Amino acid sequence: MTPDLSVKLGSLELQNPVLTASGTFGYGEEFADFVDLDRLGGFIVKGTTLAPREGNPYPRMAETPSGMLNAVGLQNKGVDYFIEHIYPRLRGYRSEVIVNVSGACVDDYAEVCRRLADLDEIHAVEVNISCPNVKHGGMAFGTTTAGASEVVTAVRKAWPGHLMVKLSPNVTDITEIARAAEASGADSLSLINTMLGMAVDVERRRPMLSTVTGGLSGPAVKPVAVRMVWQTAKAVNIPIVGLGGIRTGDDALEFIMAGATAVQVGTANFLDPATTMQVIDRLNEYCVRHNVSNINSLRGII
Amino acid sequence: MKYDLTFNVISNERPAAGFALLRLQRADGEALPPMHPGQFVEVEVPRSKRTFLRRPISVNFVEPDGMTLWLLVREAGEGTAALCTLEPGSSLRMMLPLGNGFGVDASRRTLLVGGGVGVAPLLYLARLMSEAGNRPTVLLGARSAEMLLQADEFEKYADVLTCTDDGSAGHNGVVTTHPAMVSGEFDRICCCGPAPMMKAVAAVARQRGIDCEVSLENMMACGLGACLCCVENTVKGHVCVCTEGPVFNINQLNWQ
Repeated sequence: MTPDLSVKLGSLELQNPVLTASGTFGYGEEFADFVDLDRLGGFIVKGTTLAPREGNPYPRMAETPSGMLNAVGLQNKGVDYFIEHIYPRLRGYRSEVIVNVSGACVDDYAEVCRRLADLDEIHAVEVNISCPNVKHGGMAFGTTTAGASEVVTAVRKAWPGHLMVKLSPNVTDITEIARAAEASGADSLSLINTMLGMAVDVERRRPMLSTVTGGLSGPAVKPVAVRMVWQTAKAVNIPIVGLGGIRTGDDALEFIMAGATAVQVGTANFLDPATTMQVIDRLNEYCVRHNVSNINSLRGII
Repeated sequence: MKYDLTFNVISNERPAAGFALLRLQRADGEALPPMHPGQFVEVEVPRSKRTFLRRPISVNFVEPDGMTLWLLVREAGEGTAALCTLEPGSSLRMMLPLGNGFGVDASRRTLLVGGGVGVAPLLYLARLMSEAGNRPTVLLGARSAEMLLQADEFEKYADVLTCTDDGSAGHNGVVTTHPAMVSGEFDRICCCGPAPMMKAVAAVARQRGIDCEVSLENMMACGLGACLCCVENTVKGHVCVCTEGPVFNINQLNWQ
């Protein structure tokens, strides 16, 4: 028996549920020596903004127990550079190429999506609502229902394709934000983004990151992520994409059983560049061993 | 082409306290992929409970048989300490070769400057330059005589000069006060060591109009140009040290 690993995020069909998380997989080509990109469900490319961004000063990374902090600050060359120089190299893959979109104000998000809408092989965007809203004192859009609704509503008008909204875990009740995003037109929700964290170099008596605080990722956050996926899956009627610390096929299955339709592999790509291939192989093997003909039957069984 | 391969430890020597020289061969018995001096590997740290990421380590040397790779490791933290205690016969996973490396210049009079474990990438460079008919001069700096690394190995491929902070071997003082740096006739300097040393060497090189390349060791996560963590602020803006470096001409850096 060859199990059916294909899943649907609304109208977006993926050959399997394994995606890569934005910011951990470059534009895919960086991993081409290790990964058959055509075997992925899809890959979500680096956060793209309207104007080029240099990102935060070095140091931007700190290793932590079972994880890492980063404060890259959305370094990227802007959407026009992406369209002109990167997109042509991303065409022709069997896997879905999804663009992660970030912005400093609502209009930025909408304008990036409007420009991406001309690209015939980009069928989905993932909107990162964890960005600070520069017009509202830098508080992240995704930490209030009003902020989340505002961004998602604006993008919905500008973007005709699949709209995935990436939720921040740095909130009291993620299901409130999830429901606001759903009501504003999101087609799917991905969670969780990194958790706000901090580390100190005690010898130098200084923060490890130039920005003092940064985003925690890796296996350290996985139980929190699984819990939030489980809660959110029960609160909304749109598909969930689970991420946070996935390193093995069994990690991915935890998220699926907790209610995720698909998953993203992030920081684990830094530990082993072929992690995604191992996750896909393990999902196949698990389904064969447990006589699961269609992986969708495992979704949300908890 | 980059690879992620399993290697076996052939030997582990202690050239000085706090350092290990690992000789490694591929577990599958195949030859090493082609590597440039100055390139690096990302090593998975075995038997370490508290480390998470791989460790970037310079290619120290490739033996002429093309089978045996040397890594010179300094115990800087828990991850590198675990690497330093690997026993012969143990295995570890490495991604390689990564980064750009130093060019092997067959004509220009070249001074290699290494401080501490920074001598590591220069040994393989010295061998290839020597084989190309351009035997370089190498200036090795350390805190004291017993911390001078691989001077015997360098003797095979280069004219060796030394300096120590305490005067226990060679010139008494830091590398930038050595006569070779102050008045030596060189067209090119290749330097690797602690950042303050490289900045001082860069300043001398700039002042004397000598072309100078340095190898940076910014903290890395992926080693593949994906995570954008190891960036250096250059004249082109933030660039990844792991893919655009680790070797940079000082004219590319905002060090002035």
